[in-house]
Amino acid sequence: MVTIKELAKEEYLLKGHAACAGCGPAISLRLLFKALGNKIMVVVPACCSTIIQGSYPYTSFAVPVQNIIFESAAAAASGIVAALHQRRLESITVVAWAGDGGTVDIGIQALSGAADRETDFIYICYDNEAYGNTGMQRSGATPYGAWTTTTPSGKKERKKDLPMIMAAHRVPYVATACPSYPIDLVNKLRKAKKMRGTKYIHILAPCPTGWRYDSGKTVEMGRLAVQTGLWALYEIEYGKFKLSPPSDRLLDQAKRKPVREYFAPQGRFRGLTEEDVERIQQWVNEDWESYRKLAA
Amino acid sequence: MAQTRIDTANHVVGYAAKAARVKVVAAYPITPQTTIVEKIADFVESGEMDAQYIRVESEHSAMVACIGAAATGVRTFTASSSHGLALMHEPLHWASGSRLPIVMAVVNRAMGPGWNIWPDFSDTLSQRDTGWLQFYCADSQEVFDTIIQAYKLCEDERVFLPAMVCLEGFILSHTYAPVQIPEQEKVDDFLSPYKSGWILDVDRPYSHGNMVSPEWYMEFRYMIQEAMENAKKLIVEIDREYGKKFGFEYGGLVEKYECEDADFVLLTMGTMASDAKVAVKKMREEGLKVGSARVRVFRPFPVEEIRAIAENAQMIATVDRHVSFGNEGFLATEAKAALYGQKDSPLIAGFLAGLGGRDVTPQTIEKIARKSFKSLSMGKVEKKVEWVDLVE
Repeated sequence: MVTIKELAKEEYLLKGHAACAGCGPAISLRLLFKALGNKIMVVVPACCSTIIQGSYPYTSFAVPVQNIIFESAAAAASGIVAALHQRRLESITVVAWAGDGGTVDIGIQALSGAADRETDFIYICYDNEAYGNTGMQRSGATPYGAWTTTTPSGKKERKKDLPMIMAAHRVPYVATACPSYPIDLVNKLRKAKKMRGTKYIHILAPCPTGWRYDSGKTVEMGRLAVQTGLWALYEIEYGKFKLSPPSDRLLDQAKRKPVREYFAPQGRFRGLTEEDVERIQQWVNEDWESYRKLAA
Repeated sequence: MAQTRIDTANHVVGYAAKAARVKVVAAYPITPQTTIVEKIADFVESGEMDAQYIRVESEHSAMVACIGAAATGVRTFTASSSHGLALMHEPLHWASGSRLPIVMAVVNRAMGPGWNIWPDFSDTLSQRDTGWLQFYCADSQEVFDTIIQAYKLCEDERVFLPAMVCLEGFILSHTYAPVQIPEQEKVDDFLSPYKSGWILDVDRPYSHGNMVSPEWYMEFRYMIQEAMENAKKLIVEIDREYGKKFGFEYGGLVEKYECEDADFVLLTMGTMASDAKVAVKKMREEGLKVGSARVRVFRPFPVEEIRAIAENAQMIATVDRHVSFGNEGFLATEAKAALYGQKDSPLIAGFLAGLGGRDVTPQTIEKIARKSFKSLSMGKVEKKVEWVDLVE
């Protein structure tokens, strides 16, 4: 366990990167590097981090990066892991860093394959709940009711629950996180680094440009997602489910903020009706009943 | 002593991957490639081959895993066919654009629908423009030899590109034939340890394959074109060196048979060249000045060799086991393009034969030759594309 004071001083996400102001994924990335250090190899499929990295002949990542086609982060990582094994360099940590489109939609096949083969790597989905790089189109991770450019009247379906899909692969470690809780995120990454096999971490990463909120409020937005219970922080370690703080204190509905507090500051939820909000509140309550059972 | 085996070309591919000391294999099964990956799995599990075998969930991931492994500094191999290769189309570009020397065996098979598992070049020729070198083999020995040669070529700093070694399904893949497998020491002596232009390295942390703007992109593409041109000379040199060491030589980019004084040359690819040789021999006995030329390397295309053949010939007939719908076979198109603007260039007749495994025999080739001679005597080719043995 680290405290904020013990976080590494080194910065491997360099100044001059091309992320938007208030970018949740960029904050997460900075923390990722602080948690894992620079003896890592990072695979980046097409996603916002393709842009954040910067254009040839420059890069803002001070670690080796293999950029790869959209659907293939986990497959590229599989090849790197195999080659490192052959070269007796297993001490290097292989990390796939992919967006929600590249994970829950187009990349799910390669991810499922790599998990099924028990590939020894950390797969991180930084989830801004839409195809951000191409200007906010609907992904499987977009929540119900959210505006995107391809769901102009709001998404009609619920968010795909990828962490639970990964848990069904019986991988040794699944965790959810959010950069608004940096110590939790760093500790989960560090734990994942020490474990062998496929580690899956799903980060809810607020996106001011796409979610339509003030870019100074990214941390607040992540906190609201967690405090309302819309995003639960948990770990599933060798099959054992455990809520992480502060989510572990939110089993009692009275402790959770109403979901409308999360929707109000975000332009993407402007189209939600009163019935929508009630429906979502009901779903959240049901989700927490499942968490209660899982945690028991 | 070299070991002579009676085996299928697919198993021979496995022996070649083992002899090349491949370190990572990522593959997905598809008929008629399957027995290649089975053979390699046996080698890896028995410890005869010191390699990681990644049993990927698709051909797309097979190629991407090879990209990841090659980028991490080890020799990689995969094999595919037909629809599997088509699924790989996107990563094929990424492999060549990344300048990674991956070698892949492709067992040529037709594309559906309807499902057809028999030989046809439409799978690999559809990947013509992906920046991969393409070799087409005529027998099992050549399959082994070309895989070894391909690694030496692809890992040369003047090339640093991936290569496909193509063999026709069933005609080669599942047919038993005698093949010489050389001693491991001799292969090691010919083929140095893996070399690539760059490598993922924690001590030299670069971003590979990130965004590249219009002010740089064209230069990277130009370098691939240069590498293809460099490969032309090297293919000939490596083939000759291999021939001296192992006793098998294939004429570099084009294998010629009785072409020196030929008025008329049959231009083919793959195993059809063997049928062409039989036909040529028979027609030579009748006093007809016929020759056969087999395009062994389709990318880079042997423009200079085709021009040299055309210097003496008055007529060339191309036989394509493939069609580019809306035009003709690629061999026809590319031979014509190679000869455009040349003085006294010969007539060219394009024939399509053997699609989807339709049998091509020496008699088929002879029929093509006699038809071409008729065109030659008339001084013109009446039909741009001639479908051979088409049931009307």
